[in-house]
Amino acid sequence: MKPLRPDLVAIAALIPAGSRVLDVGCGEGGLLEYLVREKQVDGRGVELSQSNVNACVARGLSVVQGDADTDLADYPSAVFDVVILSQTIQATRSPRAVLAQLLRIGRHTIVSFPNFGHWRIRLSLFASGRMPKTATLGYRWYETPNIHLCTIGDFTTLASECGAAVKQAFAIDTKGRTRRMHAAWRPNLLAEGAIFMLTAAAPAE
Amino acid sequence: MVDLAVPRFLRPLAAPGADAGQAISFGPSQPLILDCGRELSPFTLAFKSYGAPNAARNNCVLVCHALTGDQFAASRHPLTGKRGWWDLMIGPGKPIDTNRFFVLCPNVIGGCMGSTGPADNDSATGKPYALSFPLITIRDMVRAQAMLLDALGIERVLCVLGGSMGGMQALQWAVSFPERVISAVPIAAAARHSAQNIAFHEVGRQAIMADPEWKDGAYPLHGTRPAKGLAVARMAAHITYLSESALQRKFGRTLQDRAAFSFAFGPDFRVESYLHHQGITFVDRFDANSYLYITRAMDYFDLAAKHGGVLAEAFRGSRTRFCIISFTSDWLFPTSESKRVVHALNAAAMNVSFVEIDTDRGHDAFLLDEPEMFATVRGFLNSVAGQEGIS
Repeated sequence: MKPLRPDLVAIAALIPAGSRVLDVGCGEGGLLEYLVREKQVDGRGVELSQSNVNACVARGLSVVQGDADTDLADYPSAVFDVVILSQTIQATRSPRAVLAQLLRIGRHTIVSFPNFGHWRIRLSLFASGRMPKTATLGYRWYETPNIHLCTIGDFTTLASECGAAVKQAFAIDTKGRTRRMHAAWRPNLLAEGAIFMLTAAAPAE
Repeated sequence: MVDLAVPRFLRPLAAPGADAGQAISFGPSQPLILDCGRELSPFTLAFKSYGAPNAARNNCVLVCHALTGDQFAASRHPLTGKRGWWDLMIGPGKPIDTNRFFVLCPNVIGGCMGSTGPADNDSATGKPYALSFPLITIRDMVRAQAMLLDALGIERVLCVLGGSMGGMQALQWAVSFPERVISAVPIAAAARHSAQNIAFHEVGRQAIMADPEWKDGAYPLHGTRPAKGLAVARMAAHITYLSESALQRKFGRTLQDRAAFSFAFGPDFRVESYLHHQGITFVDRFDANSYLYITRAMDYFDLAAKHGGVLAEAFRGSRTRFCIISFTSDWLFPTSESKRVVHALNAAAMNVSFVEIDTDRGHDAFLLDEPEMFATVRGFLNSVAGQEGIS
C-alpha cells in the first residue's frame, strides 16, 4: 500500500471508525482502502474512470463506475455517515447540485479542493496576464478538467447557500500539511487548498 | 442422508469412464412448486462439484450456467469431450479457486443434461413429457437449486455467479433467498429480458417449430429430431452472442475453401461455414424442446414486475454484496441493462461494485479469456471470503 497523501490523512482523521462511507471520485481507491483496512469502515466508492474502477474492484473495494453530476440522485437520503468529495468538486459540471446531493446522502460531508485564491495564483495572473498554471493545477486553460475552480471564500459562500453548517475546516499548505482554519490566518490568501466538513443544517423550527 | 446417483443423459458418453457428475432425486414428498401453478414431481437435479466443502460448510460458491450451458463448467463434457465452459475461471489457483471454495454447478430444471426436462419420462404416463412439461421460470430454476443446497446441508452460499441466464439466476437468488446469499456476481446479465431479446428467442423457437420433424413437440414419441430447426435457432442466436466488429475481424468477407463465388447457395463465405458448424455441433448435445422451455424462462424474467415495477424494491432489506460485470460490445445484454441494476442497488443502499470491461467480443466475452474479468472476480471473491473468515 502506498503511503497516503497528507491531505487524505487529514480527511481520514475526520472519519469515525466503523462508519458507513461513500467516497465520490475515489480514483484508484487509496483513501478507501486505507479507511476499510485501518478504520474498518463500510466503504463504497464512485469513480468516473472505468480503468480506476476496475483496479479498485480487483483490490476488493466496492466501487461503481459513475458520475458525481448524474448518479448521486440514485442514493437514498442520509444513508451514509460520511460522504467524501476529495479534489473533485472543481471538475463537476454543477458543483452546487453535487454539493446539495452530498449533503442529502451523507450525515456528514467532507469536501476538499484546491484554493484558487492562493497568493501565488493571484500573483501569477496579475504578473503574466495568463491563466495560472501551478503544481496542483497543472493544466492549460483549454484542456483543464477543472472547469469550476473556486476560492475558499467562494466555497464558504456556496456552503451557506446550500444551507450547510461548517463543522470543521482545515487549510492545506504547499507541503500538503493541514492546520485548522482561523479567520485571522487569512487562509484564502495563504492556503494551497482546503478541507471542509459540513452537515446539512437542521431545518429551522 | 442424501441419495446421490449418476445422472442419465440423452446421448452416450464420449468415453466409458467420462466423469458424469452427480444427480439427486426429489420424490413425491418434495415436489417443485412452479410459478405457473403446477408442481413438478418427482424430479431430478443433476450437478457437478469442484473442490470440497470446509468444516463450517461456508465456502460454497454456486455457479449458474447460461441458456445452452450445463453443469460441466470446469471439467470435460461427458458427451462431447470438450473442456469445461468456464475452465479458465474455475480450478486450483484460478479466480474461483477450488483449493479454497466448494464450487457447485447444477444443470437447470428443464435442461437436458440430467436434470428433469421435457425429454424425460412423465412418471404418470411413462412417456416423455414433451410439451406436457410445465413452463418453467428463472425463479423455478433457483427454487430447485435451493432444494439441492438444502439436501447437501448448505445453508448459505458465499457467492452465486453466472453469465447471461446464469447472471439472471444470480440476481434471482439474491431476491428470492437474500439471507442465503452472501454475495452475487451477475455477468453480462439483466434484471429483465428486453423486447429485442424476446424477439430473437421467438425467431429461434419458430425455426424449431417449423421443422416437420418437431411434430408438435412430440418428436421423442415419433423417434425423430428437429435437428435442422434447432441448428437454425442456434445459428441465429449465435450471431447475437458476437459483435459486428468481432465478426468482421474474424471472418471479414473471406471465402471458404474457394477462390471465387460459386454462384450457388452453398457456404461461399467463411462466416456461413462457421455458423453452420455452430448449428451442427449444437444439435448433437442439446434437446430442441429444452431450448423452447429455457428460452421462454428467460423471456418471462423481470425482477421488478413483482415489485410494482420498481427494481430497487426487489432488493430492499437484502444484505447481499454485489459485483456486476458487463462488456462494452455486448449488445444482447448491454451495459445499460447492468447499470439499471446498479442504480437500483444504489437506491436500495446495497453494497455494489460495477465493472465494465472493454472488449470487442460481444456477449460471449464472459466465456472467454478476459483478464480483467478474472482479476475482478478474484479480487471480489477474496474480499468476500476475507470478510467471512474463510482462509
